[in-house]
Amino acid sequence: MTATTGPVRPTPLRFPLPIGGVAGTSFKHEHLGAILEAGRQRGFFEVHAENYMGAGGPPHRALEAIRRYHPLSLHGVCMSIGGPQPLDKAHLARFRGLVARYQPALVSEHLAWSTHATSFFNDLLPLPYTAATLRHVCDHIDQMQEAIRRPILLENPSTYLAFAESTISETDFIRSVAERTGCSLLLDVNNVFVSATNHGFSALDYLADFPLSRVGEIHLAGHDAQSDDDGEPLLIDSHDGPVADAVWKLYEIVIERCGPVPTLIEWDSKIPDWPVLQAEAAAAQAILDRCGITVPAEDRHAA
Amino acid sequence: MPPEPVCFAAAFAPGLLDPDCRVPQVVTGPNGKAAGKRYDVYRNNVTVSLIDALAAIYPAVQRITGTDFFRAMARFHVRSSPPTSPLLFEYGRGFPDFIAQYEHAQTMPWLADVARIERAWLDAYHARDATPLDPAQLGAVAPERLADLVLIPHPAAQIVRSDYSAVTIFAANRESAPVDRIDASTPEDALITRPGFDVIVRHLPAGGAVFATCLTQGRTLGEAAALALEASADFDIAVNIAGLVEAGAFTSIDFGDA
Repeated sequence: MTATTGPVRPTPLRFPLPIGGVAGTSFKHEHLGAILEAGRQRGFFEVHAENYMGAGGPPHRALEAIRRYHPLSLHGVCMSIGGPQPLDKAHLARFRGLVARYQPALVSEHLAWSTHATSFFNDLLPLPYTAATLRHVCDHIDQMQEAIRRPILLENPSTYLAFAESTISETDFIRSVAERTGCSLLLDVNNVFVSATNHGFSALDYLADFPLSRVGEIHLAGHDAQSDDDGEPLLIDSHDGPVADAVWKLYEIVIERCGPVPTLIEWDSKIPDWPVLQAEAAAAQAILDRCGITVPAEDRHAA
Repeated sequence: MPPEPVCFAAAFAPGLLDPDCRVPQVVTGPNGKAAGKRYDVYRNNVTVSLIDALAAIYPAVQRITGTDFFRAMARFHVRSSPPTSPLLFEYGRGFPDFIAQYEHAQTMPWLADVARIERAWLDAYHARDATPLDPAQLGAVAPERLADLVLIPHPAAQIVRSDYSAVTIFAANRESAPVDRIDASTPEDALITRPGFDVIVRHLPAGGAVFATCLTQGRTLGEAAALALEASADFDIAVNIAGLVEAGAFTSIDFGDA
Protein backbone atom coordinates (compact mmCIF):
# COMPACT_ATOMS: atom_id res chain seq x y z
CA MET A 1 0.00 0.00 0.00
CA THR A 2 1.38 3.40 -0.91
CA ALA A 3 0.96 6.78 0.71
CA THR A 4 -0.06 5.66 4.19
CA THR A 5 -0.04 8.68 6.43
CA GLY A 6 1.21 7.01 9.56
CA PRO A 7 3.08 4.17 11.15
CA VAL A 8 2.12 0.60 10.27
CA ARG A 9 -0.24 -0.78 12.88
CA PRO A 10 0.39 -4.29 14.21
CA THR A 11 -3.28 -5.25 14.40
CA PRO A 12 -5.73 -3.85 11.86
CA LEU A 13 -8.72 -2.15 13.49
CA ARG A 14 -11.14 -3.46 10.93
CA PHE A 15 -14.79 -3.04 11.88
CA PRO A 16 -17.41 -5.37 10.50
CA LEU A 17 -19.52 -3.87 7.72
CA PRO A 18 -22.25 -2.77 7.46
CA ILE A 19 -22.93 -0.92 10.70
CA GLY A 20 -26.72 -1.04 10.39
CA GLY A 21 -29.33 1.28 11.83
CA VAL A 22 -27.10 3.18 14.22
CA ALA A 23 -27.06 6.90 15.00
CA GLY A 24 -23.74 8.74 15.21
CA THR A 25 -22.39 12.26 15.50
CA SER A 26 -19.70 14.48 14.08
CA PHE A 27 -16.50 14.04 16.10
CA LYS A 28 -15.18 17.29 17.52
CA HIS A 29 -11.92 17.37 19.48
CA GLU A 30 -13.48 19.27 22.38
CA HIS A 31 -15.62 16.18 23.04
CA LEU A 32 -12.76 13.67 23.06
CA GLY A 33 -12.48 13.47 26.85
CA ALA A 34 -16.21 12.93 27.37
CA ILE A 35 -16.39 10.32 24.61
CA LEU A 36 -13.41 8.33 25.89
CA GLU A 37 -14.72 8.49 29.44
CA ALA A 38 -17.98 6.89 28.35
CA GLY A 39 -16.03 4.01 26.76
CA ARG A 40 -17.38 1.61 24.20
CA GLN A 41 -20.98 2.31 23.25
CA ARG A 42 -23.42 2.08 20.38
CA GLY A 43 -22.91 4.71 17.70
CA PHE A 44 -20.32 5.94 15.24
CA PHE A 45 -18.32 9.08 14.56
CA GLU A 46 -17.84 11.05 11.39
CA VAL A 47 -14.86 13.29 10.64
CA HIS A 48 -13.96 15.58 7.79
CA ALA A 49 -11.16 13.71 6.04
CA GLU A 50 -9.10 16.85 5.32
CA ASN A 51 -8.63 17.59 9.03
CA TYR A 52 -6.60 14.39 9.33
CA MET A 53 -4.35 14.84 6.32
CA GLY A 54 -1.48 16.26 8.32
CA ALA A 55 1.60 14.07 8.80
CA GLY A 56 1.22 13.53 12.55
CA GLY A 57 0.39 15.16 15.85
CA PRO A 58 -2.65 15.37 18.13
CA PRO A 59 -5.33 15.02 15.38
CA HIS A 60 -4.17 11.49 14.57
CA ARG A 61 -3.83 10.57 18.24
CA ALA A 62 -7.43 11.66 18.81
CA LEU A 63 -8.74 9.81 15.77
CA GLU A 64 -6.86 6.64 16.72
CA ALA A 65 -8.42 6.80 20.19
CA ILE A 66 -11.91 7.22 18.73
CA ARG A 67 -11.38 4.52 16.11
CA ARG A 68 -10.23 2.01 18.72
CA TYR A 69 -13.77 1.66 20.09
CA HIS A 70 -16.08 3.03 17.43
CA PRO A 71 -16.86 2.67 13.74
CA LEU A 72 -15.72 5.65 11.73
CA SER A 73 -17.23 7.56 8.84
CA LEU A 74 -14.74 9.44 6.67
CA HIS A 75 -16.48 12.41 5.09
CA GLY A 76 -14.55 14.22 2.37
CA VAL A 77 -15.46 17.87 1.85
CA CYS A 78 -12.79 19.07 -0.60
CA MET A 79 -12.47 16.54 -3.45
CA SER A 80 -14.32 18.91 -5.81
CA ILE A 81 -16.03 16.00 -7.57
CA GLY A 82 -18.58 18.34 -9.16
CA GLY A 83 -16.01 20.62 -10.79
CA PRO A 84 -14.98 20.45 -14.43
CA GLN A 85 -11.25 20.21 -13.77
CA PRO A 86 -9.38 16.96 -13.07
CA LEU A 87 -9.20 15.76 -9.47
CA ASP A 88 -6.09 16.65 -7.47
CA LYS A 89 -3.89 13.52 -7.61
CA ALA A 90 -2.07 14.40 -4.40
CA HIS A 91 -5.41 14.78 -2.64
CA LEU A 92 -6.58 11.40 -3.93
CA ALA A 93 -3.39 9.81 -2.61
CA ARG A 94 -3.89 11.42 0.80
CA PHE A 95 -7.48 10.18 0.88
CA ARG A 96 -6.39 6.67 -0.02
CA GLY A 97 -3.83 6.78 2.78
CA LEU A 98 -6.47 7.76 5.34
CA VAL A 99 -8.85 5.01 4.23
CA ALA A 100 -6.04 2.45 4.50
CA ARG A 101 -4.97 3.72 7.90
CA TYR A 102 -8.34 4.07 9.62
CA GLN A 103 -10.47 1.44 7.83
CA PRO A 104 -13.66 3.52 8.00
CA ALA A 105 -17.07 1.85 7.91
CA LEU A 106 -18.36 4.63 5.65
CA VAL A 107 -16.64 6.89 3.10
CA SER A 108 -18.46 9.81 1.53
CA GLU A 109 -18.06 12.92 -0.63
CA HIS A 110 -20.26 15.69 -1.99
CA LEU A 111 -21.99 16.45 -5.25
CA ALA A 112 -20.31 19.87 -5.30
CA TRP A 113 -17.07 21.60 -6.19
CA SER A 114 -14.67 23.73 -4.15
CA THR A 115 -11.59 24.26 -6.29
CA HIS A 116 -11.31 26.17 -9.55
CA ALA A 117 -8.03 26.85 -11.37
CA THR A 118 -5.62 27.13 -8.43
CA SER A 119 -8.02 28.56 -5.84
CA PHE A 120 -9.63 26.52 -3.07
CA PHE A 121 -12.87 28.20 -1.94
CA ASN A 122 -13.65 26.11 1.15
CA ASP A 123 -17.34 25.86 0.34
CA LEU A 124 -19.60 23.29 -1.32
CA LEU A 125 -20.43 25.09 -4.55
CA PRO A 126 -23.30 24.12 -6.87
CA LEU A 127 -23.16 22.76 -10.40
CA PRO A 128 -25.56 22.66 -13.33
CA TYR A 129 -27.10 19.28 -14.14
CA THR A 130 -26.34 18.53 -17.80
CA ALA A 131 -25.00 15.65 -19.88
CA ALA A 132 -21.54 17.23 -19.71
CA THR A 133 -21.46 17.65 -15.93
CA LEU A 134 -22.90 14.15 -15.50
CA ARG A 135 -19.94 12.79 -17.47
CA HIS A 136 -17.44 14.74 -15.36
CA VAL A 137 -19.00 13.71 -12.07
CA CYS A 138 -19.07 10.04 -13.09
CA ASP A 139 -15.43 10.16 -14.24
CA HIS A 140 -14.41 11.75 -10.96
CA ILE A 141 -16.28 9.22 -8.84
CA ASP A 142 -14.79 6.35 -10.89
CA GLN A 143 -11.37 7.85 -10.24
CA MET A 144 -11.95 8.26 -6.51
CA GLN A 145 -13.39 4.77 -6.09
CA GLU A 146 -10.45 3.34 -7.97
CA ALA A 147 -8.01 5.28 -5.78
CA ILE A 148 -9.51 4.18 -2.47
CA ARG A 149 -10.51 0.73 -3.79
CA ARG A 150 -14.08 0.87 -2.49
CA PRO A 151 -17.36 2.55 -3.38
CA ILE A 152 -18.17 5.93 -1.91
CA LEU A 153 -21.43 7.45 -0.72
CA LEU A 154 -22.31 10.60 -2.68
CA GLU A 155 -24.19 13.32 -0.77
CA ASN A 156 -27.03 15.37 -2.27
CA PRO A 157 -26.26 19.10 -1.95
CA SER A 158 -28.08 21.99 -0.32
CA THR A 159 -28.22 24.86 -2.83
CA TYR A 160 -29.25 28.50 -2.87
CA LEU A 161 -29.55 29.02 -6.60
CA ALA A 162 -29.89 27.12 -9.87
CA PHE A 163 -28.18 27.21 -13.28
CA ALA A 164 -30.13 28.26 -16.35
CA GLU A 165 -28.33 25.61 -18.39
CA SER A 166 -29.53 22.65 -16.26
CA THR A 167 -31.48 20.08 -18.25
CA ILE A 168 -31.69 17.23 -15.74
CA SER A 169 -33.45 17.19 -12.37
CA GLU A 170 -31.21 16.72 -9.32
CA THR A 171 -32.78 13.37 -8.43
CA ASP A 172 -32.41 12.06 -12.00
CA PHE A 173 -28.83 13.29 -12.05
CA ILE A 174 -28.01 11.55 -8.78
CA ARG A 175 -29.74 8.35 -9.89
CA SER A 176 -27.73 8.30 -13.14
CA VAL A 177 -24.47 8.89 -11.24
CA ALA A 178 -25.23 6.01 -8.88
CA GLU A 179 -26.20 3.68 -11.73
CA ARG A 180 -23.15 4.51 -13.84
CA THR A 181 -20.51 4.48 -11.09
CA GLY A 182 -21.97 1.96 -8.65
CA CYS A 183 -21.62 4.47 -5.82
CA SER A 184 -24.04 4.52 -2.92
CA LEU A 185 -25.82 7.64 -1.69
CA LEU A 186 -25.68 9.72 1.41
CA LEU A 187 -29.10 11.31 1.80
CA ASP A 188 -28.86 14.58 3.70
CA VAL A 189 -32.45 15.17 4.78
CA ASN A 190 -31.69 18.69 5.98
CA ASN A 191 -30.23 19.49 2.56
CA VAL A 192 -33.45 18.26 0.95
CA PHE A 193 -35.49 20.53 3.22
CA VAL A 194 -33.18 23.52 2.70
CA SER A 195 -33.13 23.13 -1.11
CA ALA A 196 -36.88 22.49 -1.28
CA THR A 197 -37.55 25.75 0.58
CA ASN A 198 -34.97 27.69 -1.42
CA HIS A 199 -36.19 26.48 -4.81
CA GLY A 200 -39.87 26.17 -3.99
CA PHE A 201 -40.30 22.45 -4.60
CA SER A 202 -41.84 19.79 -2.39
CA ALA A 203 -39.40 17.89 -0.18
CA LEU A 204 -41.76 14.91 -0.24
CA ASP A 205 -41.79 14.88 -4.05
CA TYR A 206 -37.99 15.02 -4.03
CA LEU A 207 -37.84 12.07 -1.64
CA ALA A 208 -40.37 10.17 -3.77
CA ASP A 209 -38.04 10.64 -6.77
CA PHE A 210 -34.86 9.91 -4.86
CA PRO A 211 -33.31 6.43 -5.35
CA LEU A 212 -33.78 5.46 -1.70
CA SER A 213 -32.67 1.88 -2.31
CA ARG A 214 -29.12 3.16 -2.78
CA VAL A 215 -29.01 5.18 0.46
CA GLY A 216 -26.26 3.92 2.77
CA GLU A 217 -26.11 6.84 5.19
CA ILE A 218 -28.33 9.72 6.27
CA HIS A 219 -27.28 13.16 7.50
CA LEU A 220 -29.34 15.39 9.76
CA ALA A 221 -28.31 18.92 10.73
CA GLY A 222 -29.56 22.32 11.76
CA HIS A 223 -30.13 25.22 9.40
CA ASP A 224 -30.50 28.96 9.60
CA ALA A 225 -33.00 31.31 7.91
CA GLN A 226 -32.37 34.43 5.82
CA SER A 227 -34.34 35.91 2.95
CA ASP A 228 -33.77 36.19 -0.80
CA ASP A 229 -34.04 39.22 -3.15
CA ASP A 230 -37.86 39.06 -2.98
CA GLY A 231 -38.02 38.70 0.79
CA GLU A 232 -38.86 35.01 0.53
CA PRO A 233 -37.25 32.64 3.04
CA LEU A 234 -33.78 31.45 2.09
CA LEU A 235 -32.50 28.66 4.32
CA ILE A 236 -28.78 28.35 5.02
CA ASP A 237 -27.22 24.93 5.62
CA SER A 238 -25.32 26.15 8.69
CA HIS A 239 -24.78 22.98 10.79
CA ASP A 240 -24.77 25.16 13.89
CA GLY A 241 -27.87 24.12 15.80
CA PRO A 242 -30.37 21.35 16.53
CA VAL A 243 -32.23 19.52 13.77
CA ALA A 244 -35.49 21.31 12.85
CA ASP A 245 -38.83 19.64 13.61
CA ALA A 246 -39.79 19.53 9.92
CA VAL A 247 -36.52 17.71 9.15
CA TRP A 248 -37.19 15.15 11.89
CA LYS A 249 -40.61 14.52 10.33
CA LEU A 250 -39.07 13.96 6.88
CA TYR A 251 -36.47 11.71 8.46
CA GLU A 252 -39.17 9.51 10.00
CA ILE A 253 -40.81 9.18 6.59
CA VAL A 254 -37.48 8.22 5.01
CA ILE A 255 -36.74 5.60 7.68
CA GLU A 256 -40.22 4.12 7.30
CA ARG A 257 -39.45 3.70 3.59
CA CYS A 258 -35.75 2.76 3.76
CA GLY A 259 -35.55 0.72 6.91
CA PRO A 260 -32.64 1.26 9.30
CA VAL A 261 -29.80 3.30 7.79
CA PRO A 262 -26.76 4.68 9.68
CA THR A 263 -27.70 8.25 10.57
CA LEU A 264 -25.40 11.10 11.47
CA ILE A 265 -26.08 14.28 13.40
CA GLU A 266 -23.83 16.91 11.80
CA TRP A 267 -22.85 19.85 13.97
CA ASP A 268 -19.86 21.84 12.72
CA SER A 269 -20.00 25.28 14.30
CA LYS A 270 -21.23 26.76 17.60
CA ILE A 271 -20.38 23.28 18.90
CA PRO A 272 -22.52 22.42 21.95
CA ASP A 273 -21.47 20.39 24.99
CA TRP A 274 -21.27 16.67 24.31
CA PRO A 275 -24.57 15.76 26.06
CA VAL A 276 -26.50 18.07 23.69
CA LEU A 277 -25.05 16.39 20.61
CA GLN A 278 -25.53 12.99 22.23
CA ALA A 279 -29.21 13.80 22.83
CA GLU A 280 -29.72 14.61 19.13
CA ALA A 281 -28.18 11.25 18.23
CA ALA A 282 -30.43 9.53 20.79
CA ALA A 283 -33.45 11.14 19.14
CA ALA A 284 -32.37 9.75 15.77
CA GLN A 285 -31.73 6.35 17.34
CA ALA A 286 -35.24 6.32 18.79
CA ILE A 287 -36.71 6.91 15.31
CA LEU A 288 -34.45 4.23 13.81
CA ASP A 289 -35.57 1.77 16.49
CA ARG A 290 -39.24 2.71 16.18
CA CYS A 291 -39.66 3.18 12.43
CA GLY A 292 -36.79 1.25 10.97
CA ILE A 293 -38.39 -2.17 10.98
CA THR A 294 -36.49 -4.08 8.35
CA VAL A 295 -38.27 -3.69 5.06
CA PRO A 296 -38.09 -6.55 2.55
CA ALA A 297 -35.62 -5.65 -0.18
CA GLU A 298 -38.17 -5.48 -3.01
CA ASP A 299 -40.32 -2.99 -1.08
CA ARG A 300 -37.44 -0.58 -0.58
CA HIS A 301 -37.75 0.55 -4.16
CA ALA A 302 -41.35 1.58 -3.71
CA ALA A 303 -40.91 5.12 -2.49
CA MET B 1 -13.43 15.54 -27.76
CA PRO B 2 -16.07 18.16 -28.64
CA PRO B 3 -15.25 21.67 -27.39
CA GLU B 4 -16.60 22.36 -23.89
CA PRO B 5 -19.25 25.06 -23.53
CA VAL B 6 -18.35 28.08 -21.36
CA CYS B 7 -17.45 26.46 -18.09
CA PHE B 8 -19.93 27.11 -15.26
CA ALA B 9 -17.13 27.15 -12.70
CA ALA B 10 -15.18 29.76 -14.66
CA ALA B 11 -18.31 31.94 -14.63
CA PHE B 12 -19.16 31.24 -10.98
CA ALA B 13 -15.74 31.50 -9.33
CA PRO B 14 -14.45 35.05 -9.98
CA GLY B 15 -17.14 36.84 -7.96
CA LEU B 16 -16.71 34.65 -4.90
CA LEU B 17 -13.79 36.74 -3.60
CA ASP B 18 -14.36 39.91 -5.61
CA PRO B 19 -17.24 42.07 -4.37
CA ASP B 20 -16.98 44.25 -7.49
CA CYS B 21 -17.76 41.30 -9.74
CA ARG B 22 -21.37 41.10 -10.88
CA VAL B 23 -23.59 38.12 -10.15
CA PRO B 24 -22.75 35.53 -12.83
CA GLN B 25 -25.29 35.36 -15.64
CA VAL B 26 -25.37 31.57 -15.58
CA VAL B 27 -27.23 31.44 -12.24
CA THR B 28 -30.86 32.04 -11.43
CA GLY B 29 -33.42 31.89 -8.62
CA PRO B 30 -36.49 29.66 -8.95
CA ASN B 31 -38.69 30.51 -11.97
CA GLY B 32 -36.19 33.04 -13.25
CA LYS B 33 -36.20 35.07 -10.01
CA ALA B 34 -33.20 37.27 -9.20
CA ALA B 35 -30.25 35.41 -7.70
CA GLY B 36 -28.25 38.31 -6.20
CA LYS B 37 -28.79 37.53 -2.53
CA ARG B 38 -28.57 33.85 -3.34
CA TYR B 39 -25.15 34.22 -4.94
CA ASP B 40 -24.15 36.42 -1.99
CA VAL B 41 -24.66 33.42 0.31
CA TYR B 42 -21.77 31.71 -1.49
CA ARG B 43 -19.65 34.87 -1.45
CA ASN B 44 -20.27 35.16 2.26
CA ASN B 45 -19.63 31.46 3.00
CA VAL B 46 -16.34 31.52 1.14
CA THR B 47 -15.05 34.80 2.58
CA VAL B 48 -16.16 34.18 6.17
CA SER B 49 -14.90 30.60 6.25
CA LEU B 50 -11.46 31.66 4.99
CA ILE B 51 -11.27 34.55 7.47
CA ASP B 52 -12.28 32.06 10.18
CA ALA B 53 -9.47 29.78 9.00
CA LEU B 54 -6.93 32.60 9.45
CA ALA B 55 -8.42 33.45 12.86
CA ALA B 56 -7.97 29.81 13.90
CA ILE B 57 -4.33 29.80 12.78
CA TYR B 58 -3.50 33.25 14.26
CA PRO B 59 -5.43 33.54 17.56
CA ALA B 60 -2.77 35.66 19.31
CA VAL B 61 -2.67 38.13 16.42
CA GLN B 62 -6.46 38.40 16.63
CA ARG B 63 -6.36 38.90 20.39
CA ILE B 64 -3.78 41.67 20.01
CA THR B 65 -5.55 43.55 17.23
CA GLY B 66 -9.13 42.88 18.33
CA THR B 67 -11.64 40.97 16.22
CA ASP B 68 -12.81 43.80 13.94
CA PHE B 69 -9.28 44.90 13.03
CA PHE B 70 -8.22 41.30 12.48
CA ARG B 71 -11.17 40.39 10.28
CA ALA B 72 -10.77 43.50 8.13
CA MET B 73 -7.06 42.73 7.68
CA ALA B 74 -7.73 39.04 7.02
CA ARG B 75 -10.44 39.91 4.45
CA PHE B 76 -7.86 41.80 2.37
CA HIS B 77 -5.51 38.84 2.52
CA VAL B 78 -8.19 36.24 1.74
CA ARG B 79 -9.25 38.21 -1.33
CA SER B 80 -5.74 38.72 -2.65
CA SER B 81 -4.33 35.30 -1.68
CA PRO B 82 -6.98 32.58 -1.48
CA PRO B 83 -5.78 29.12 -0.49
CA THR B 84 -4.28 26.89 -3.16
CA SER B 85 -4.58 23.68 -1.13
CA PRO B 86 -7.73 22.03 0.23
CA LEU B 87 -5.83 21.52 3.50
CA LEU B 88 -6.71 24.67 5.43
CA PHE B 89 -4.04 24.05 8.06
CA GLU B 90 -1.56 24.83 5.28
CA TYR B 91 -3.23 28.19 4.58
CA GLY B 92 -1.94 31.62 5.53
CA ARG B 93 1.79 31.15 4.98
CA GLY B 94 1.88 34.58 3.30
CA PHE B 95 -0.11 36.24 6.10
CA PRO B 96 2.88 37.30 8.28
CA ASP B 97 4.48 39.11 5.30
CA PHE B 98 1.10 40.65 4.52
CA ILE B 99 0.80 41.90 8.11
CA ALA B 100 4.31 43.39 7.91
CA GLN B 101 3.18 45.52 4.96
CA TYR B 102 -0.38 46.21 6.12
CA GLU B 103 -0.82 49.96 6.43
CA HIS B 104 -2.87 49.89 9.61
CA ALA B 105 -0.50 47.49 11.42
CA GLN B 106 2.60 49.69 11.10
CA THR B 107 2.29 50.78 14.76
CA MET B 108 2.75 47.11 15.76
CA PRO B 109 6.06 46.22 14.07
CA TRP B 110 6.29 43.01 16.12
CA LEU B 111 2.91 41.70 14.94
CA ALA B 112 4.28 39.90 11.86
CA ASP B 113 6.82 38.03 14.00
CA VAL B 114 4.09 36.94 16.42
CA ALA B 115 2.24 35.63 13.35
CA ARG B 116 5.39 33.78 12.20
CA ILE B 117 5.55 32.03 15.56
CA GLU B 118 1.86 31.09 15.31
CA ARG B 119 2.34 29.69 11.80
CA ALA B 120 5.34 27.67 13.03
CA TRP B 121 3.26 26.48 15.99
CA LEU B 122 0.65 24.98 13.64
CA ASP B 123 3.30 23.37 11.45
CA ALA B 124 4.81 21.77 14.55
CA TYR B 125 1.34 20.60 15.62
CA HIS B 126 0.80 18.72 12.34
CA ALA B 127 4.42 17.62 11.79
CA ARG B 128 5.36 13.97 11.44
CA ASP B 129 5.66 12.24 14.82
CA ALA B 130 9.18 11.30 15.86
CA THR B 131 10.92 10.30 19.06
CA PRO B 132 13.34 13.02 20.21
CA LEU B 133 16.99 12.32 20.88
CA ASP B 134 17.66 10.92 24.36
CA PRO B 135 20.02 13.39 26.13
CA ALA B 136 21.93 10.38 27.48
CA GLN B 137 22.98 9.50 23.94
CA LEU B 138 24.69 12.84 23.55
CA GLY B 139 26.20 12.51 27.01
CA ALA B 140 27.78 9.22 25.97
CA VAL B 141 29.65 10.70 23.03
CA ALA B 142 33.45 10.79 23.51
CA PRO B 143 34.56 14.44 23.94
CA GLU B 144 36.95 14.30 20.96
CA ARG B 145 34.11 13.33 18.63
CA LEU B 146 31.69 16.08 19.70
CA ALA B 147 32.90 18.80 17.31
CA ASP B 148 32.32 16.64 14.22
CA LEU B 149 28.90 15.27 14.97
CA VAL B 150 25.76 16.32 13.11
CA LEU B 151 22.33 16.35 14.77
CA ILE B 152 19.30 15.28 12.76
CA PRO B 153 16.49 17.81 13.30
CA HIS B 154 13.08 16.74 14.59
CA PRO B 155 10.34 17.22 11.93
CA ALA B 156 8.53 19.71 14.20
CA ALA B 157 11.57 21.86 15.10
CA GLN B 158 11.64 25.43 13.79
CA ILE B 159 13.35 28.72 14.63
CA VAL B 160 11.76 32.16 14.30
CA ARG B 161 13.98 35.22 14.82
CA SER B 162 12.64 38.60 15.87
CA ASP B 163 13.99 42.10 16.54
CA TYR B 164 11.14 42.46 19.02
CA SER B 165 9.83 40.65 22.09
CA ALA B 166 7.80 38.34 19.88
CA VAL B 167 8.05 35.27 22.13
CA THR B 168 6.80 37.13 25.21
CA ILE B 169 4.00 38.78 23.23
CA PHE B 170 3.03 35.45 21.63
CA ALA B 171 2.99 33.60 24.96
CA ALA B 172 0.95 36.29 26.72
CA ASN B 173 -1.67 36.39 23.98
CA ARG B 174 -2.18 32.65 23.47
CA GLU B 175 -3.60 32.62 27.02
CA SER B 176 -6.91 34.07 28.07
CA ALA B 177 -5.46 35.80 31.17
CA PRO B 178 -5.16 39.60 31.07
CA VAL B 179 -1.92 40.84 29.50
CA ASP B 180 0.29 43.31 31.38
CA ARG B 181 2.18 45.96 29.50
CA ILE B 182 5.05 44.32 27.57
CA ASP B 183 8.26 46.08 26.55
CA ALA B 184 8.35 45.04 22.90
CA SER B 185 11.87 46.27 22.19
CA THR B 186 13.97 43.29 23.39
CA PRO B 187 14.94 41.03 20.48
CA GLU B 188 13.71 37.49 21.09
CA ASP B 189 14.28 34.37 19.00
CA ALA B 190 11.88 31.44 19.28
CA LEU B 191 12.45 27.70 19.18
CA ILE B 192 9.30 25.78 18.31
CA THR B 193 9.27 22.01 18.96
CA ARG B 194 6.86 19.17 19.60
CA PRO B 195 8.74 16.36 21.36
CA GLY B 196 5.49 14.57 22.30
CA PHE B 197 2.00 15.84 21.57
CA ASP B 198 2.31 19.34 23.00
CA VAL B 199 3.89 22.12 20.98
CA ILE B 200 6.55 24.01 22.96
CA VAL B 201 7.66 27.58 22.19
CA ARG B 202 10.88 28.67 23.93
CA HIS B 203 12.90 31.83 24.00
CA LEU B 204 16.42 31.00 22.73
CA PRO B 205 19.40 32.43 24.68
CA ALA B 206 22.07 34.67 23.11
CA GLY B 207 23.52 33.17 19.92
CA GLY B 208 21.04 30.31 20.20
CA ALA B 209 19.17 31.05 16.97
CA VAL B 210 22.35 31.03 14.86
CA PHE B 211 23.49 27.86 16.62
CA ALA B 212 20.15 26.05 16.22
CA THR B 213 19.72 27.19 12.62
CA CYS B 214 23.20 25.92 11.69
CA LEU B 215 22.52 22.58 13.36
CA THR B 216 19.14 22.09 11.68
CA GLN B 217 20.83 22.88 8.36
CA GLY B 218 23.23 19.98 8.90
CA ARG B 219 26.36 21.83 10.06
CA THR B 220 28.60 20.04 12.56
CA LEU B 221 28.41 20.93 16.24
CA GLY B 222 31.87 22.56 15.99
CA GLU B 223 30.92 24.74 13.01
CA ALA B 224 27.60 25.74 14.58
CA ALA B 225 29.28 26.72 17.85
CA ALA B 226 31.95 28.78 16.07
CA LEU B 227 29.32 30.69 14.06
CA ALA B 228 27.19 31.24 17.16
CA LEU B 229 30.19 32.65 19.04
CA GLU B 230 30.89 34.94 16.12
CA ALA B 231 27.31 36.20 16.28
CA SER B 232 27.24 36.60 20.04
CA ALA B 233 30.17 36.77 22.44
CA ASP B 234 27.80 35.64 25.23
CA PHE B 235 27.04 32.35 23.50
CA ASP B 236 27.22 29.40 25.95
CA ILE B 237 27.47 26.09 24.12
CA ALA B 238 26.67 23.88 27.12
CA VAL B 239 23.48 25.77 27.98
CA ASN B 240 22.39 25.92 24.35
CA ILE B 241 22.95 22.31 23.40
CA ALA B 242 21.29 21.08 26.60
CA GLY B 243 18.32 23.36 25.98
CA LEU B 244 17.85 22.25 22.38
CA VAL B 245 18.10 18.54 23.18
CA GLU B 246 15.80 18.86 26.16
CA ALA B 247 13.21 20.69 24.02
CA GLY B 248 13.27 17.83 21.52
CA ALA B 249 14.83 19.71 18.61
CA PHE B 250 16.67 16.61 17.32
CA THR B 251 15.96 12.94 16.73
CA SER B 252 19.40 11.40 16.40
CA ILE B 253 23.15 11.84 16.07
CA ASP B 254 24.97 11.36 12.80
CA PHE B 255 28.73 10.85 13.01
CA GLY B 256 29.13 10.82 9.24
CA ASP B 257 32.25 8.92 8.10
CA ALA B 258 34.43 10.27 10.88
